[in-house]
Amino acid sequence: MATKQQVLVLYLSSSALDANVIAWAHYDGTGKDDHMSGDSDEPLYRSGMEALADGWRLIQASPLAAHAPGDEFRTGYLKYEFFFEKLINDE
Amino acid sequence: MSDCVKLNSREMAEFAAEGLLRFDGIVPDVINQQFLAEAGSVDTPSGEKGSNRTIKSLGNLMAHSSLPEVTPGTVLNTAYKETTALGELVRLPVVRGAIESLVGPESMVDHHFLHLALPSSYYKAAGIPQRTQHTHQDSTIDPRRAFDIQLFYFPHEVGPDMGGTRYVPGTHLRIVSESAIARYQNIRGQQHVVCPAGTLILMHHGVWHGGGINRTGEARYMFKIRLNPSIPQVRLWDTSDLSPRDFEQRPIFFRKEAMNPNDIASLLTRPQPWFEGDTGRLEYINRIRFWRYLLGDENFDADYWVTRIENEPSVTV
Repeated sequence: MATKQQVLVLYLSSSALDANVIAWAHYDGTGKDDHMSGDSDEPLYRSGMEALADGWRLIQASPLAAHAPGDEFRTGYLKYEFFFEKLINDE
Repeated sequence: MSDCVKLNSREMAEFAAEGLLRFDGIVPDVINQQFLAEAGSVDTPSGEKGSNRTIKSLGNLMAHSSLPEVTPGTVLNTAYKETTALGELVRLPVVRGAIESLVGPESMVDHHFLHLALPSSYYKAAGIPQRTQHTHQDSTIDPRRAFDIQLFYFPHEVGPDMGGTRYVPGTHLRIVSESAIARYQNIRGQQHVVCPAGTLILMHHGVWHGGGINRTGEARYMFKIRLNPSIPQVRLWDTSDLSPRDFEQRPIFFRKEAMNPNDIASLLTRPQPWFEGDTGRLEYINRIRFWRYLLGDENFDADYWVTRIENEPSVTV
């Protein structure tokens, strides 16, 4: 029996885990679900807390970085990225 | 050159905030049909296997197409013969006016390309999975204040199963590196193009976008033209609707009357569903600075967002 990983990436509207989901990605190592860009317009969870409550394990959260002088107002990548996993016994 | 109907200030402010303007069905069908005939058709599936099959199909199409090659930097006015579909398209008064409002009367063609979303039968015949295109920003890291525009031309009707271009309004001022944003599979507020034939979307070069999966039996065509400005993009539109009210500060937060949604300040501070709490405010600041560039007025502000952070009283001795 192989253990396989499912990965959920949630982008929240602030650094708080109970903040709203604004973007998301889902990768299924079992191959049962095939997710790709643009495949859903509504997230599976409204917040990071809802994902926790559904059994997702938080494995990484983006740090809060200081703002480089002169670059304080530049926007780029989404700031509040949270990686979750589920380990699935794949028979 | 032909007559042109320029954009007004509300449309320009909407472009500054959303990064795009959409004109559904604006291109007459006679031009759409001419374009499709000039573009040519894609090879029919022959059972050939291999991941380079779609590239070969596109290569064959380009080689036999009547659409012209254009050298980068060619002035738009000379890039497409008047008798061709593209020549007629860029000379339509509304199209011409929108282009001139955004990138000026002597804009240059950067490049153009025919984007094909091939039907599922191609992928089955080639034995490769059919995937959507990752979300990306075109070209490369581009921190300029000046901007290019991209015309997305949909020459035929695009139904919901055809995988019309996905785009995220309001992302154009974010400085990212092309496909570095591919991890963002879905973003709140993303749009999927479903449109009548002859639809044009004019986008700021920075808008995040990607192609979808075409689940129909016919190829989907989208032609994209990137245009560069050759002059500062200052007050190129029809500014006759600008009034003193568009430059005045208005009460913020504690207000006794609802804000007029058509005020320039309202248009520039309209949030997107994907905004983060803190950087959504930075988006307002960056839109205001973008509008300052377009207006040629470094004192413009909307709802005090920039004035507040520029307030550095000097000490007099």
